[in-house]
Amino acid sequence: MPESASERISAEVVVKVSRLARLDVSPDEVQRITTQMAGMLEHFADIDALDLSGVEPMTQPYPLSNVFREDVVVTGLDREEVLANAPAAEDGRFRVPPIVGLDG
Amino acid sequence: MTNTDSGIQYDMSKNEIKVAPNDGSYMLDGYELVCGLEVHVELATATKLFSASANRFGDEPNTHIDPVTLGLPGALPVLNRQAVELAMRIGLALNCSVQPSTFHRKNYFYPDMPKAYQISQYDQPINVDGWLELPGGKKIGVERAHLEEDTGKSTHVGGTGGRIHGSDYSLIDFNRAGVPLVEIVGRPDIASPEEARQYVTELRQILVAVGASDAKMEEGSMRCDANVSVRKPGSPLGIRCEIKNVNSVRSLGRAIEYEARRQIVLLEAGEKIRQETRHWDETDGRTHTLRSKEDADDYRYFLEPDLVPLNPDQAWIDAVRAALPMLPRERRLRLSQATGAPADGEAIMVVVERGQDDYVMAVGDAGADVARALVHVKEAFAEQGASPTVPATDLAQMIIMETGGKLTSTQAKTVLAEIVANGGGDAVAIAAAKGFEAMDNSALEAIVDQVIAEQAEAWSKYCGGEQKAMGALVGAIMKASQGKADGKAVTALLLAKKG
Amino acid sequence: MRPLLKTDVSVFRRSLDWTAEMTTPTNIHSNIPTTAFAIADGVRSGTLKAVDVLEAHLAQIAAREGDIHAFNLVTADEARAAAARVDADVAAGRDPGVLAGVPIALKDNMCTRGIPTTCSSKILEGWRPPYDATVVQRLAAAGAVAIGKTNLDEFAMGSSTENSAFGVTYNPRDTSRVSGGSSGGSAAAVAAGFSPISIGSDTGGSIRQPAALCGVVGVKPTYGTVSRYGLVAYASSLDQMGPFSTDVRDSALVLEAISGHDPMDSTSIPQAPLSLLNVLSQGVEGLRVGRITDLPGGADPDVTARLEAAFDALKVAGATIVDVEMPSMKYALTAYYLIAPAEASSNLARYDGVRYGMRVNASDTNAMYSATRTAGFGEEVKRRIMLGTYALSAGYYDAYYGKALKVRRLISDDFARAYTKADVLLTPTSPIVAFPVGEKSDDPLAMYLCDIYTIPTNLAGHPAMSVPFGTGAHGLPVGVQILAPTLGEQVMFKVAASLERSMIATGGAK
Repeated sequence: MPESASERISAEVVVKVSRLARLDVSPDEVQRITTQMAGMLEHFADIDALDLSGVEPMTQPYPLSNVFREDVVVTGLDREEVLANAPAAEDGRFRVPPIVGLDG
Repeated sequence: MTNTDSGIQYDMSKNEIKVAPNDGSYMLDGYELVCGLEVHVELATATKLFSASANRFGDEPNTHIDPVTLGLPGALPVLNRQAVELAMRIGLALNCSVQPSTFHRKNYFYPDMPKAYQISQYDQPINVDGWLELPGGKKIGVERAHLEEDTGKSTHVGGTGGRIHGSDYSLIDFNRAGVPLVEIVGRPDIASPEEARQYVTELRQILVAVGASDAKMEEGSMRCDANVSVRKPGSPLGIRCEIKNVNSVRSLGRAIEYEARRQIVLLEAGEKIRQETRHWDETDGRTHTLRSKEDADDYRYFLEPDLVPLNPDQAWIDAVRAALPMLPRERRLRLSQATGAPADGEAIMVVVERGQDDYVMAVGDAGADVARALVHVKEAFAEQGASPTVPATDLAQMIIMETGGKLTSTQAKTVLAEIVANGGGDAVAIAAAKGFEAMDNSALEAIVDQVIAEQAEAWSKYCGGEQKAMGALVGAIMKASQGKADGKAVTALLLAKKG
Repeated sequence: MRPLLKTDVSVFRRSLDWTAEMTTPTNIHSNIPTTAFAIADGVRSGTLKAVDVLEAHLAQIAAREGDIHAFNLVTADEARAAAARVDADVAAGRDPGVLAGVPIALKDNMCTRGIPTTCSSKILEGWRPPYDATVVQRLAAAGAVAIGKTNLDEFAMGSSTENSAFGVTYNPRDTSRVSGGSSGGSAAAVAAGFSPISIGSDTGGSIRQPAALCGVVGVKPTYGTVSRYGLVAYASSLDQMGPFSTDVRDSALVLEAISGHDPMDSTSIPQAPLSLLNVLSQGVEGLRVGRITDLPGGADPDVTARLEAAFDALKVAGATIVDVEMPSMKYALTAYYLIAPAEASSNLARYDGVRYGMRVNASDTNAMYSATRTAGFGEEVKRRIMLGTYALSAGYYDAYYGKALKVRRLISDDFARAYTKADVLLTPTSPIVAFPVGEKSDDPLAMYLCDIYTIPTNLAGHPAMSVPFGTGAHGLPVGVQILAPTLGEQVMFKVAASLERSMIATGGAK
């Protein structure tokens, strides 16, 4: 577990995170972002003082379960309207540059 | 909770993975094969998993789309009840426990992923801890069978053979995006390519039987990935590789065998196996590295906040279980008990796979010998499908004539051929029309005596112990009787006269 | 009501004694009422024409929008057609709806079919949704006339509307100051008289805080009471849409029209629309109003003075003030700034240039993703995506996101305990009055502190609303926040109405 602000996040991790998020970060920006994020995480370290053992995580504001939809077709969107709003389309499909460097 | 790409089946943080004991019947150069299959099945629902667009194959691209399917800003998923029903049918048919479950987001970027995350089930899947019994009796563990949504489809333009490599651009069709899938994760209990083939074949029959899917590998409604590793008996588990792009049952066996051998060659050369995903190429018969990954993708699983927990009540689970049809294994056992034939023998396997076992039982119910019915249906009903056009009573009538000695087995086949061709028929009338009568025994005996007299040399050879000589005698008898002699009766008479 | 001349801009720069009737300037056509309730009543009864109501508001927009920039887009043509349809319905004897002819401004992060919906981001600039949000449909069915899409902090991330890619929205009370955020445009539109009501969204205070800074009513309902279908998601387990208005009754009217179960939203509570109008006059006799004794500090004295006045007013009206403790409340900011960015990092991953919105071309898809998102997202959005991605990633999940979910539970438990002793809680909405444009832009953490009193409600999923309650420093509006338990909208509105009555009775700030 990180102990101090500077340990909370390293430039290496910032680069890794930016790649995961598909955000280009220039080398100058990396340092600035690292410092800023470290500062924030230092602030957020206040929760480290809490004893959270035995506390159930809360993911749902209102307890619902078993919400369903019946298996009946409803007319969807008009393809032309959708493709008219697409950055690039061809043959009724969305066109993208070569798919390289991605896991399918 | 760990968020890595190592996949759910092999969470190395858990205790030692249990693998079914290997009986040593399949070894490659002294190595055991350890194989686990991940099968994705497209469910036969009318609509998608989280939206009401049609779940249909083969239509014009992007004609089954809606805000949810396209991942438009503001779209929200709502769970298809029928998909849950079918998922439970699959789970219960595979002897799983149905449990309360939740949905998670699996986050990664790919053009056919409209939201850049897939809604799946992570640590609380709907079905857990089942098994599938192979026809020979071995149980292959099923770790889980969970719900998730399918991706869209990309086609690649400009490269060779439609592959990504070297393509100029790609085109995405989202008709398939959001189609409900059940992912069935089998434990690595499979020990040979043949077992893998049997597993998938049996699984397919189960899926079709419960109405969950048409499970056609060639059409993509059932997709199989194989995790393969090898080890010397007694050693710890080896590093596994995942094989993708297997499009038929036959390819599955070939791919597994190739991969096992590839790993053995490396290990024998003192090299380590690199854990990776490999692509099966049907044309060159090899697996190839799919891509080299610099960083393993971090999927950052977290609970899907736009959905609520799924908790089917006991009444629903019981209703699904009660409504399950007779499954292939029970069908084979039923037929085996009725006929005495082995449950994993070819005749029963084929007839049950065709869905004709109910028919065979009906023929038995109509008074015929079920064992004979099994043989005839197996032999003559290949084109008939699951609902043979020939009325069971007609086939029963023919068989009764056969077993009652009124038709020889050869004659029976001829009558049956005509019955099948006409979609039915009165066996008695057909036999009469063809002039078939089984010969009565005294007439037959007379012919046998006559042939014995004429074929003196063959007869003495036969009496002297030369079984081969019988062939000539039987042939002569058949000719003399104009085919009306029953083969078994002839053999019996010859034996008796030999003394 | 004193008619206002077009050039009398100084009215807005003077500090005003606030009353419900005077929060908005009258328009040139002084016979047009300023509340939705009165307008709808007039239109339904035939004494008012929807088209006239609309023109009056469009004229007000023409007069002041240049100074304020509440809108990304004014949809005058569409509004005129809609108003004409309302008038036609009335003339034909058809029910035109409970909001008949009422102009309404919509925050530009809810989908309006065929009308650009940008979330004030370059990455969605010009994008026209092919569908309407459920709330948009319900408002149209109720006869409301959508007058435009309002400015916001990009993707609803911010507390000042300074994070918009299309410029700041200035506070109608003092145009050198911010309107608050992220629903700054919707708050300003109502405060400037551009429409009597508007819709915003609230994830950590984005309706209530700008309402307080602009001197209008703003309501965040119980999570699940208003459908999120068609609301562009920021943080899915926290987002809710809600109304802005000049008075409490109008917000009640709007909420009645837009709330209620929606089968298109799995998190929608399966119940009928809220019923609120009939409780407004019921008073607070015997109600227990909670004072949080360990409320995180930092509120300016002028703000706390108004809060005390509010407690006094409720006491006078017959309520009992009780002390409650919320020991985990001080951790709410941290929990929020780990949970919201985490969900946002996933919700915003779909902006990848493939199917809609901006695309920056590149030699391959992966490069296209990065080029598009880097050029398309603003600084604050990128910051939160990075933070959220980090909080969810392998090795850090337990330390950050996992822990934050547990802190969320503690806060929810604190509220549950508090609500055994009190029926509602009262806090300031914002620790400070509207601040000058640019004052906090360089310090994200300082900006985050603006939401310190509003965030806990979102974490718990409870309702809360801000009611204008006088003025503070520089004569700027101060809002008081009423918090209620899950589905406690009725008691919340009762208290709000009581506070509003006491403001009117005392003729403004005491």
